[in-house]
Amino acid sequence: MKSHQKGFLRDSLIDQLSRVSAILRKEFIQMIRDKMTFAMMLVIPLMQLLLFGFAINTDPKHLPTAIYIEDHSPLVRSIMRGFSVSDYYQIVHQSVSPQENSDLLARGEVAFAVHFPVGFTDQLIKGERPTLLIEADASDPSASSQAISRVHEIVNQSLQHDLTGVLSNLQTQPDPVIVIVHPLYNPEGKSQYNIVPGLLGVILTMTLVMITSMAMTREAETGTLENLLAMPVKPLEVMMGKILPYVVVGAIQTTVVLLAAKYIFWVPFVGHMFHLVIAVMLFIITNLSLGFTFSTIARTQMQAMQLTFFFFLPSILLSGFMFPFRGMPEWAQIIGEILPLTHFLRIIRGIMLKGNSISEHQPDVYALLIFTLLIMLIAIKRYRQTLD
Amino acid sequence: MIRTNTDQTLAINVKGLVKDFDGRTVVDNIDIQMPKGQVWGFLGPNGSGKTTTIRMICGLLKPTAGSGFCLGHDIITEAAIIKRATGYMTQKFSFWADLSIRENLEFVGRLYNQTNLKRLVNETLESLGLEHRQNQLAGTLSGGWKQRLALAAVTMHQPQLLLLDEPTAGVDPQARRDFWDQIHYFSDQGMTVLVSTHYMDEAERCDQIVYLAHGQLITQGSVMDVIKQSGLLTFKGTGSYVRQLIPWLKQQTGIEHIAYFGNALHISSTDLSSLSQVIRRSQMYIADHNLESVQWQQVDPSLEDTFIALMTKSGEDQRKYR
Repeated sequence: MKSHQKGFLRDSLIDQLSRVSAILRKEFIQMIRDKMTFAMMLVIPLMQLLLFGFAINTDPKHLPTAIYIEDHSPLVRSIMRGFSVSDYYQIVHQSVSPQENSDLLARGEVAFAVHFPVGFTDQLIKGERPTLLIEADASDPSASSQAISRVHEIVNQSLQHDLTGVLSNLQTQPDPVIVIVHPLYNPEGKSQYNIVPGLLGVILTMTLVMITSMAMTREAETGTLENLLAMPVKPLEVMMGKILPYVVVGAIQTTVVLLAAKYIFWVPFVGHMFHLVIAVMLFIITNLSLGFTFSTIARTQMQAMQLTFFFFLPSILLSGFMFPFRGMPEWAQIIGEILPLTHFLRIIRGIMLKGNSISEHQPDVYALLIFTLLIMLIAIKRYRQTLD
Repeated sequence: MIRTNTDQTLAINVKGLVKDFDGRTVVDNIDIQMPKGQVWGFLGPNGSGKTTTIRMICGLLKPTAGSGFCLGHDIITEAAIIKRATGYMTQKFSFWADLSIRENLEFVGRLYNQTNLKRLVNETLESLGLEHRQNQLAGTLSGGWKQRLALAAVTMHQPQLLLLDEPTAGVDPQARRDFWDQIHYFSDQGMTVLVSTHYMDEAERCDQIVYLAHGQLITQGSVMDVIKQSGLLTFKGTGSYVRQLIPWLKQQTGIEHIAYFGNALHISSTDLSSLSQVIRRSQMYIADHNLESVQWQQVDPSLEDTFIALMTKSGEDQRKYR
């Protein structure tokens, strides 16, 4: 009896392995059956690979530069050519006034504004070492620092070919031109000035999209959706009811981040709170609508999480939050332009660091509005009034 | 006979309802004309299309083909109106487990734009006998109480038509009886009730029954009618070891079905002579094998006999599953 019992209770290694294999088979079957999860497992690493491998560039080149010339001469043209061939600067605009230069910089349309003053060439020839003023948008220090550090070298090299013959004596030390770089908006080059406002956008994107992406899937998973559908309530009503509570959550998060920005990180706030509130509200609604749309696509809460992650990854990498937007290749910039976070970052950095008003960011505001409307339309279309 | 929505005496009037899911037909050409004020039972084995039919009637599913009216409104184009006037209780408990009983009732009341919500909820809680547990989370209720809560919630807006999808599945007999008292109470107040069930005793509490199998309507009428229509004859065999006969009986031709319930063997067929022959042969078989004797007597076929015969007759499910 005793030996029988012992034999009955003792598990052989083979017994254990066969149970492991039973679970293993079951997991494989379930993994393959959930097509969306399976696809995500393959697509997300591929996406990471492509984004990190090709899109991210911490040494941005071809930065758009506006130029204001009060003194046209072959020497000025040489310096301009020098900027162009340096790869770091790309002259995209010839301003007609210093004001235009500053405006372009404030709106973020250019990263640098170069000013050749009256008498630049004369002073240069006379060896009086004229000043060349370069204003730089330093709100994102990592985007502008490389270009700034190269500027002396670029100017000197571009003049090398012209300062020959009688002018060759100018090639000797000190530099023939005094280059003055004004790093605007973040003169100390503190990266948290740029990152903390950006973090507000990242936090809102992650939490709000994630929470609302569960909105409908949870009802579907617990079976309450059928009940909801059988009662007289319309899709738009459900959507409004589900989104509005999280507007409050988003507002609280914003308050916390802004207080931390001010009292912990000492981030300057030069713009107006009113403009910021409008921008944040718009962005919160954008994210909530997007999350709700995800919840009409995903069938389970797990899939909703995956969709959120699938969206979050490019948002954080391609929006200009982590890496300079202008450092990315064109295709990545196009994807970036589609993402709401990209536009929000431009607006909030503009308002907080540059003191811009929201009207100076019209293109970004429109981009957010269009994105929100489109996504809401999809949500309403996707929301099933029936169980079909 | 084509009826339109002008026929005000019908609560449900659907014709040729078909529902396909991914090319497989779940409901196949179903007609139902149900007068107002009655209690009808919806019967049929699992997967026979009862739930799908109910969902089409209340506008939760769009029929692949067919049309109809529910309370005089088109089930395809006027689903929103139908939703206001019907109460639909889903097969699975579908109230919010993380809301309290009171919160669930309040939520439902608000969706139906109920005025005097507080009083209505109080009255509902009182009639449920759940006043003292109103703050308990709905998810923590027992099965029977969950069903009672669901019934109260779907009737709070005084619907004209009540659609109940297996409301008493997994509920104890006492709670089932209470539940049916409620159904009859609502019926007395003028509500029309369509209730799907697997229980024969519940079918017998209905004015009429509709029997579905494999997505098709097999028969309908009062319990008596259905039994009579089947033309079934049943013999009941009793004896201590009567069950031992089942394997042998199954090999015999001439019996449409064999069932053992109520400590007795029921064999049924529409042909009396073949039934008699089987019984005679069984006596010989018993004698040959020295088994306990079995007493046979003809009885009125029960609804259960009828259904099992109907199910056997409708045969294998012909619908394709992928």
